[in-house]
Amino acid sequence: MDKPKIATASLAGCFGCHMSLLDIDERILKLVELVDFDKSPINDIKEFTGQCLVGLIEGGCCNEENVRVLRDFRKHCDILISVGDCAITGGIPAMRNGIPLEECMNEAYLSGPTVYNPNKIIPNDKEIPLILNKVFPCHEVVKIDYYLPGCPPSADTLWEALVALLNNKPLDLPYELIKYD
Amino acid sequence: MAEQTITFTIDGVEVKGKAGQTIMQAADEAGVYIPRLCAFKDLTPHGSCRVCVVLVNGRPQASCTQPATEGMVVESETEEIQKHRRNIIDMLFVEGNHFCMFCEKSGNCELQAQAYRLGICAPKYPYQFPVRDLDASHPDIFIDHNRCILCGRCVQASRDLDGKTVFEFVNRGTEKKIAVNAEAKLADTDIDISDKACDVCPVGAIIKKHIGFATPVGRRLYDTEPIGSDIEKKN
Repeated sequence: MDKPKIATASLAGCFGCHMSLLDIDERILKLVELVDFDKSPINDIKEFTGQCLVGLIEGGCCNEENVRVLRDFRKHCDILISVGDCAITGGIPAMRNGIPLEECMNEAYLSGPTVYNPNKIIPNDKEIPLILNKVFPCHEVVKIDYYLPGCPPSADTLWEALVALLNNKPLDLPYELIKYD
Repeated sequence: MAEQTITFTIDGVEVKGKAGQTIMQAADEAGVYIPRLCAFKDLTPHGSCRVCVVLVNGRPQASCTQPATEGMVVESETEEIQKHRRNIIDMLFVEGNHFCMFCEKSGNCELQAQAYRLGICAPKYPYQFPVRDLDASHPDIFIDHNRCILCGRCVQASRDLDGKTVFEFVNRGTEKKIAVNAEAKLADTDIDISDKACDVCPVGAIIKKHIGFATPVGRRLYDTEPIGSDIEKKN
């Protein structure tokens, strides 16, 4: 039988959760025995090649491309997991949620103390994904099956969760593995 | 005269307390932890957070204010009560802006610790992202209203322990917030860094400056043991 497939994506995140996944150290060899990686920045596969058992989502949705990727993951993954505080709460990017978008763009591209932008252009190319008015946690966009909190979730948290799901066991994290920081 | 002993049960376990004690006081002494957020050892309990609510003979009561009486049947760690506590903690998380990842209080925060104890991985309600301000005018202390859960500990501590009345509640409902007793800012009050009011905040809303992230991850209060473990160890 083919190995189950897992896919990962980083939306509005910092890739810290992916780093934490790599932080499982030599257990990564076991992981490769257990699963095949489909669409993921780890192997640079850009599009899904088929249905996956598990999808790991890092980061919330801050632009329309994030939403498209997230919906694509929901379609292709039997189990979709929000990994890390950004996916679960919006995280650091969501700090802009209380500030009007125009003010954010002005601060980032025009009036910020370190900005060099002599032509006073706010990037607006059609190649650039359209930014959303606020940052959304993943479960406010699609159905999410499990949540692994942390900034990032520890390698042990990710490992325990993956091993449990791959072995059809209930995901029951011990006290030390549920952390919000 | 010897104090009168009363006997009652919490989740079927017999607890002995003294007449005049609240359920929470008797439970604490007996090594039974009842989760709480606004109750604090040196302050008068006022039953506002509702996290410590238990069923007393089938009726919900705040255990921090309800006197223990002979023969009462208290239920605390039942599925129904735990669900109720979860709901309160969930709502507190979504109605503020709780960014644990950069909060100095993380690991020592009682709101976070209650969520850990209940095994909450994500709140079930939609995030409100309210617009709240931060007052960093004082040289030694700042208030971040984003993290405030309106427990009222600082209000009471400043009034009853420090004799100052630096903090007070203003407005109602969703507009309710902590205000300072001055024309404008915290710096204009007579608060001092040695005040008890600076030590009672369960979350990271009132923070002492120049300390930052003093305790490394792994050695903070609730990193390895759930909140209430100190009380449960008495058992």
